[in-house]
Amino acid sequence: MNYNVWVLILGMALVTYIPRMAPMVLIDAERLPNHLVRMLKNIPYAALGALIFPGILTVDQNIWFGIVGGIIAGLIALSGAHLVVVVIGTVLSLTSLLKIGVF
Amino acid sequence: MNRKRMDNSDTRPGFVQGLSDGLSIAIGYMPIALTFGLLAKNTGISLAHTVGMSLFVFAGASQFMALGLIGIGTGVVEIVFSTFIVNIRHLLMSMSLNEKTLPESRLKRGIYAFGITDEVFAVASTRETDVDSRYLYGVALMAYLSWVLNSGIGYIAGSALPVSIQGGMGIALYAMFIGLLVPTVKKSVKALLLAVLAGVLNFLFSKLFPAGWAIVAATVGAVVVVELIDVVKKPAAAETPGGMSAEDSSVGGVSSAQQNENYGAGKDRDDGKGRSDKESCGSEMEGGSEL
Repeated sequence: MNYNVWVLILGMALVTYIPRMAPMVLIDAERLPNHLVRMLKNIPYAALGALIFPGILTVDQNIWFGIVGGIIAGLIALSGAHLVVVVIGTVLSLTSLLKIGVF
Repeated sequence: MNRKRMDNSDTRPGFVQGLSDGLSIAIGYMPIALTFGLLAKNTGISLAHTVGMSLFVFAGASQFMALGLIGIGTGVVEIVFSTFIVNIRHLLMSMSLNEKTLPESRLKRGIYAFGITDEVFAVASTRETDVDSRYLYGVALMAYLSWVLNSGIGYIAGSALPVSIQGGMGIALYAMFIGLLVPTVKKSVKALLLAVLAGVLNFLFSKLFPAGWAIVAATVGAVVVVELIDVVKKPAAAETPGGMSAEDSSVGGVSSAQQNENYGAGKDRDDGKGRSDKESCGSEMEGGSEL
C-alpha cells in the first residue's frame, strides 16, 4: 500500500454514509405521491428476497448447505418461533449436520 | 402536534426493544466480523485500521471488497468508487424506511441513518408498528457493537478460532432474513410474490450487472412489476384519491383482518405522520394534487 489507509477509510465512510443519510434527511416522507409511497412500502419484502437469493447458495462450497439451512430456517420460522430462535436453531442444526458428516 | 400521535407513542417500540431486536443481527454479524478481522490481518493492514474501518464505515460487503482490492494493490479512488456502487442499495432502503419512521429532527435521522445496514433495515422495516429514533438507536447500536468488537477480536484471535464457526454460522444472517420474511409471507401472497420475484430477478441480474446494481435492479423490478399487477387488477383502488389507497394495496393492507391484527400499525403511522388524517388539511391537498 503506497497510501494512507485512513484516507481510504474516510472515503469509504463518506460514500457509505451519504446514501444512507440523504433520503432520511432530505426527503419529506409526507410529500411523496401515493403510488410511490405504496411502492416504497413494498420494498422491504422485495429487498429481503434479493438479499436471500441467490446469496444463500454460496454460504458454503457445497450448495446444499445453504439450501438445507434455508429450509430449516423457514420451518423454524413457520412454527412462529422468535427470531433469535430461528437464527440459533438454524446454526445449531447445520453445525450438527456438519458434525455427523452430512455435508 | 395532534392527540393521536401522543396516544400512539406508548405502542411504539423503544430503545430496549431495539436492543433486543438487534440481538439477532449481533449474532449474525459475529462470524462475519470475526472473518473480516482475520482477513484484514492477512491483508496486512493494522489492527487500528481494521477496527477503524468497522467503526467508521460499518458496511460488511464493501469492507470485504475493500480488503480484496487492497490485497491486489488497487488505488484509493477505485476502492471508494466500488464501495459507493455496492452501497447504492442503501439509498433505496433508506427511502423505504423513511416512510416508516416518525418525522423527527434531521439531526436524529442523520444519526440513525449511519446505522442502516441491510440487516438493521430488514429488522426495522418488518416491524409491525412505526418506529422512531429510540428504537433505531437500539437496533443499530446492538448491531454496531457486535460488528466493531468482533472485527477486533477476529484480528487478534482469528487464527485461533475453530473452523466450525465459519462453517455452521455462515448461515446465520440468511436464517435471520428468512425469519423476518416468513411471518409476513404466511399472511400475504403479495409479500411472497415480491420476495420470490426479487430473488429470481437478482439471480438473473447478478449474471448481467456488476455487484451492487443487481440487488437494486431486482428490488425495484419486483416492486414495479407487483405495482403494475395491482394497477391492472384493481384500477379503482390504485386510482382512488385519498391516503388510504396506499394502505389498501401495499403488502400491509392485503386484508382488513390482517391490517387490524398485524398492520394496524399502518393506520397509527398515518395518524402519526398526518397522511390520510382527515383532520390534517395538508394531506387532503396532497391527495388531490398528486392523483
